[in-house]
Amino acid sequence: MDLKSKEMLEQKAKDIRVDIIEMLCAAGSGHPGGSLSMADMFSYFYFSGILNIDPKDPGKKDRDRVVLSKGHACPVLYAALAEKGYFDKEELKTLRKYGSMLQGHPDMNKTPGVDISTGSLGQGLSCAVGMALAAKLDNSGVKVFAVLGDGECDEGQIWEAAMSARHYGLDNLIAIVDLNGLQIDGFTKDVMDSTILAEKWRSFGWKTYEIDGHDLDVIDDTVKKAISLKGSPVCIVANTTKGKGVTFMENACDWHGNAPSEEEKDKAICEICNIDVS
Amino acid sequence: MINKKIENILNATGDKKIATREAYGTTLAELGEANKDIVVLDCDLSKSTKTAVFGKKFPERFFNMGIAESNMMSVAAGLATMGKIPFASTFSVFATKRACDQVSISVAYPKLNVKICATHSGVTIGEDGATHQAIEDVAIMRAIPNILVLSPADATETKKVIEAVMEYNGPCYVRLCRGASPVIFNDDYEFEIGKGVQIMEGDKATIISAGFTTHIALEAAKKLEEEGIETDLINMASIKPLDEDLIIESAQKTGLVITVEDHSVIGGLGSAVCELLSEKSPAKVIRLGVQDKFGASGAASELVKAYGFDSEAIIRTVKDNI
Repeated sequence: MDLKSKEMLEQKAKDIRVDIIEMLCAAGSGHPGGSLSMADMFSYFYFSGILNIDPKDPGKKDRDRVVLSKGHACPVLYAALAEKGYFDKEELKTLRKYGSMLQGHPDMNKTPGVDISTGSLGQGLSCAVGMALAAKLDNSGVKVFAVLGDGECDEGQIWEAAMSARHYGLDNLIAIVDLNGLQIDGFTKDVMDSTILAEKWRSFGWKTYEIDGHDLDVIDDTVKKAISLKGSPVCIVANTTKGKGVTFMENACDWHGNAPSEEEKDKAICEICNIDVS
Repeated sequence: MINKKIENILNATGDKKIATREAYGTTLAELGEANKDIVVLDCDLSKSTKTAVFGKKFPERFFNMGIAESNMMSVAAGLATMGKIPFASTFSVFATKRACDQVSISVAYPKLNVKICATHSGVTIGEDGATHQAIEDVAIMRAIPNILVLSPADATETKKVIEAVMEYNGPCYVRLCRGASPVIFNDDYEFEIGKGVQIMEGDKATIISAGFTTHIALEAAKKLEEEGIETDLINMASIKPLDEDLIIESAQKTGLVITVEDHSVIGGLGSAVCELLSEKSPAKVIRLGVQDKFGASGAASELVKAYGFDSEAIIRTVKDNI
């Protein structure tokens, strides 16, 4: 990736992180940890040009699909969509309010740019399988990306979907697993151990890569490799830090589903923007 | 007596018996010819649900998902977002209980155009027993917003229901049966979502049935007629939305309603009728069906008797309450 593009993506990731913190503070509830861990990935998806999408035509027929299977991380999706121009950034303040176009978990009928409603963990990957199947049937060239949580991989349905994706040879399907090592009740290794997750995906017949989920160069290389691969679906296990970008939120279970206060918001934004407040 | 207005749609060609699942399989394959957007999914039960008929004709549009019902439902949702028209089939127990959250959240909440056509409903599936006998499927589907709940009584009504469901844009649940049942309607019958059919007319009692039990209720109503007890017999394939006007009109005329279903008396057709009448036109409603018990192995005819919704039970209930 050239330096200029990388700098642009780094800035977009910062913008997304600031949006996440601001919208959660305004909402008074929501999920910062698992949204922040995906900020670099979503900056890449929406601003590198890798996706065939058009914010002016969210329903474009043969657009690429993005399924946020870990739907509670919708702040990162909403932030990326707003920054990309799918809707006015002002809407971000309305997250989780009654009547808002931005529901607590993604709603395809309310938010332009959301390809399927998600929120009940374990279902999004299956939906992505259905999308990929349709694309294969139509030979449309549509690519489908599904973003999963590592805790979400406790759900049996994830493995039903994984089995079926390989069975149907869905090489137009790429799953990203946000391996931040945390779930709500604690570290995943303590709650329900999934530390050999990459091996599990491999054993299900997915070509599996393990990468640093915050390294834009590696993300770029890997996603491009994944897209060109034929014959099997691809799983990119992204090692990430939950709460990445805000030191007091990093690796902390408490920040899975708690919104920052005004004071915490200000502190977080300063950190993200590297403003020295000492 | 037979309702003169609908005499022309009643089957007069003798004792044909066809299972509603058979009619589903045939109709689906016919529709598949005309509409290339139809895709069919099954969970290793295609020989039983009869989706195999479509599968044989259009193998590239048939997706066996293996014994993984949750995955199947959400996959169907994904297919629907891409403009496909998915028909997803398995047994009623698995479609509505194993995959309940998926039906609710992947399909119904986003209002996706998925047709869930589930077979082997009720205790009358027989020998497989309780684990495979769906007695709560209507209750569960009714309680989820955005889903049509349809229960055709015979092969003809099944064909018409599947055609109607094809035209409808949104989530549908169609309840089908394992066992063969008499063909009640002929091909002139036109099914309409939200409309029931009044097969017989009388003012002593109202009998309302849907699905497999309609032919049983019809037998009972005819026997009662021979004894001079005339009843309204209503076939209500459209359980959600219900034909409210038809039910209220009849209840106001007779003052006594008996509902019959191969389903729990909690949450199904009987409950839907109670909900309607207690609010809009109170009348006594007696619910025949499975009385809050699990099913059991047995022949269909034995089970219908054991669970108290055979023809004798209907006749006895009418006589005891008029």
